[in-house]
Amino acid sequence: MTTADPMQEQVSTQFQTSLPKRYQQGNIFRIISLIATYIGLVVLAVLLIDVFIDGISNLDWSFMTNYPSRKPEQAGFLSAWVGTIWLMVITAILSFVVGVGSGIFLEEFAADTWYAKVIEVNIGNLAAVPSIIYGLLGLQAFVRVMQPLTGGRTVLAGSMTMSLLILPIIIVATREALRAVPDSLRQGGMALGATRWQVVREQVFPLAFPGMLTGTILALSRAIGETAPLITVGALTYIAFLPPTWPIWEGLRTPFTVMPIQIFNWVSRPQEEFHAVAATGIIILMVALLLMNSLAIFLRNKFQKKLD
Amino acid sequence: MTANQRDNLFKPARGFNKLSERLVVFLFGLFAFISIATTAGIVLTLGFETINFFQKVPLWRFLTDTQWTPLFVNPQYGIFVLLSGTFLTSVIAITVALPIGLLSAIYLSEYAPARVRRSIKPALEVLAGVPSVVFGYFALLFVTPLLQNFIPGLQGFNALSAGLVMGISITPLVGSISEDAIYSVPQSLRQGAYAMGCTKKEVVIGVVIPAALSGIVASFILAISRAVGETMIVTVAAGQNPTLTLNPLVSVQTMTSFIVQVSLGDAPTGTLAYNTLFVVGTSLFLITLLLNIFSFWFVRKFREKYE
Repeated sequence: MTTADPMQEQVSTQFQTSLPKRYQQGNIFRIISLIATYIGLVVLAVLLIDVFIDGISNLDWSFMTNYPSRKPEQAGFLSAWVGTIWLMVITAILSFVVGVGSGIFLEEFAADTWYAKVIEVNIGNLAAVPSIIYGLLGLQAFVRVMQPLTGGRTVLAGSMTMSLLILPIIIVATREALRAVPDSLRQGGMALGATRWQVVREQVFPLAFPGMLTGTILALSRAIGETAPLITVGALTYIAFLPPTWPIWEGLRTPFTVMPIQIFNWVSRPQEEFHAVAATGIIILMVALLLMNSLAIFLRNKFQKKLD
Repeated sequence: MTANQRDNLFKPARGFNKLSERLVVFLFGLFAFISIATTAGIVLTLGFETINFFQKVPLWRFLTDTQWTPLFVNPQYGIFVLLSGTFLTSVIAITVALPIGLLSAIYLSEYAPARVRRSIKPALEVLAGVPSVVFGYFALLFVTPLLQNFIPGLQGFNALSAGLVMGISITPLVGSISEDAIYSVPQSLRQGAYAMGCTKKEVVIGVVIPAALSGIVASFILAISRAVGETMIVTVAAGQNPTLTLNPLVSVQTMTSFIVQVSLGDAPTGTLAYNTLFVVGTSLFLITLLLNIFSFWFVRKFREKYE
């Protein structure tokens, strides 16, 4: 009796030469991953077409100039898009100043201290906190505790909440923009006897500015679609007035609504006519988003050319 | 250059410059502190109101009640009811997002020609940027009616279509982070595998994926925590019906949609309803925090370092 050589058996199982079969498997795998890639795009296309078909018939000038109404044919978007502009402008100012300031501090002034490291880890953690938790923070901190300043459920409280939400994104973008500025520029400035702040202000900041701006616009384009934190903070779903533009302090302390919340309000109603109105609102919101993204891409391209 | 011009150029004012530098560093340092204050604010806010809640409702009832009816006359506080709803929608979303996200990352980084890649990536970024309330609209008014043609028992509000659409919405997130991880696997590893006679699929499955595993898992965990915290899709499409169930065909309530429901009703400060907002928020925060810690640990332990 002869027994099979165990070594030989092992070798034969490891060495599979059936190449055609393996190539076939490879092809199948390639096709499956190709299909997976296109699933998301197909859904996106279907979504946009569906919204467009549902909403286009309502889209006219009166939709943009009417206040919300109980009658779907009269329902308008005025308080929502004006509220969104208010919120976005205030949020942009707050988050740009604070975000760029923090970014410059972390990148240029405090790169290796324990304080900078703590903040860095912390920013990473904040990015994973669900946005509705920011809403609860805003409700307690800005609507309740800081009521004398913000006046409760107002544009200012909403903007402050939104600023905290997008701050980590802006800080990260600022730091990346600063890192892209070559060190030789800083050293050149220092060699001429400038202080760190003078170098940052005169040499580094102007070069990094477009990058910071791009990051801020992208962060704001995330904020423009955020609904949950503002519901918690108490943006109302039915607003039939606009914040006064003068004095600006009055406008900041006025109740408000924004586009996504108005859309949410319309979607949640049982009447089908309101669903079509919601679709019209979505068209406006998506156009606003698209414009912001295009602006960011335009700035990014312009910036890249400059550095070459 | 005359002496006069030189005098104009050389204006040191060192005292003032030092002072303004200190002022700027202090001010910007204060700005940077806001991010820490945010974390502290979240922890304090949630902790304070949670303690208030547990002074009125014992912890064991919170963990053992089988109903969630905090706004009724005879309130019950079974958090597992909301957890089951969250769990259900998240599992459906992840089942969709993980395979599709990973496969598209593989396709884009390993197979796609540069031209295709350049056009698909921005489109996926658009998908990632679609506001969640729009996805909610889509789930409720397009996907649910569509699915009702095939699935007879499907309710108008259900966990299934909310979960499916939520899965699509987080697919680009999984895809882009996994792609970064796959992209950073050095070419020499692939070439080594090719030299051993592997086909492209064998290289991808046997070498590239294991080498990029820590990054891929990080993207998975981020996707899970995004699904758990997602609010508007589930509020719009999954309904507001707190039931202890794992049946995807019926309406459920998640932790996030409960918070929205109470917020819309404007709960006055100090009431028990106001406290429940924060106790549910705390549960949500703890879950995402645990996921985050796990991800951090995993990435550190399994990261492959090249060069």
